[in-house]
Amino acid sequence: MPVTSYLVLAAILFCIGLYGVLTKRNAVIVLLSIELMLSAANINFVAFSKYGLYANVTGQVFSLFSIAVTAAEAAVGLAILIALYRRRGTVEMDQFHSLKG
Amino acid sequence: MPSVSGEFIAFFILAVMAIGGAVFMINFTRVMHMALALVFTFLSIAGIFILLDAEYLAMVQILINVGAVSVLMVFGIMLTRHKQEEKPKARPLHTILSLLGVAALFAVMWRIFYTTPFGGDPADPATVQSLGESIFKQHVIPLELTAVLLLVALVGAIILAKREESK
Repeated sequence: MPVTSYLVLAAILFCIGLYGVLTKRNAVIVLLSIELMLSAANINFVAFSKYGLYANVTGQVFSLFSIAVTAAEAAVGLAILIALYRRRGTVEMDQFHSLKG
Repeated sequence: MPSVSGEFIAFFILAVMAIGGAVFMINFTRVMHMALALVFTFLSIAGIFILLDAEYLAMVQILINVGAVSVLMVFGIMLTRHKQEEKPKARPLHTILSLLGVAALFAVMWRIFYTTPFGGDPADPATVQSLGESIFKQHVIPLELTAVLLLVALVGAIILAKREESK
């Protein structure tokens, strides 16, 4: 299997996640799409840790740290979402426009 | 593909499952169905990790992304009230522009992937032992920083989501 197949798979998943972030209105789904984009990045890390120019295990270590940061991001994002929901009574993204200039 | 090997078949099935889950996530109308479709995608990504000789990462992916993060998101869906069905898109211009931008990004990435010579033979399969040695010898300081980050995220999430006391 050439490394290009894995990279294309990761690119497709990343693009679907990006499309979800741009078009979905429910904030929980937007958070899930961000998780999908981060997972796509992890596929790249692991693919290069096997097929890269200087292939070694560091790619997997980096991917582990990335997964840990992803989990922290999900927890904090959900906490912000709950706080916003308590204040505004909705999770629709286009209702959160108080920062709009 | 020059020859059809077992690895290619496994990769093809897992890739179709992953992309299918993601596309269903985009197309479903109920929020809970979207979350479950994405769980399917995460499981397929764990399979891809096994194909890439990263068994430990596959287990971590299942434990954290399939288990913890998805359950957290389901909690988020259950704790917030929303309309069962998502409204059909009232903004066709926005959707078309997003699609165009994403397609352009994908085209650029595709061109880069197929014009860059990725050299190198596959590395020796990394064992869990070598992974652990690498983490606890060369990357100890990032590991400790990750521990601090997780603690800060835990405390921060509790403080953010705590009900404000009425003074």
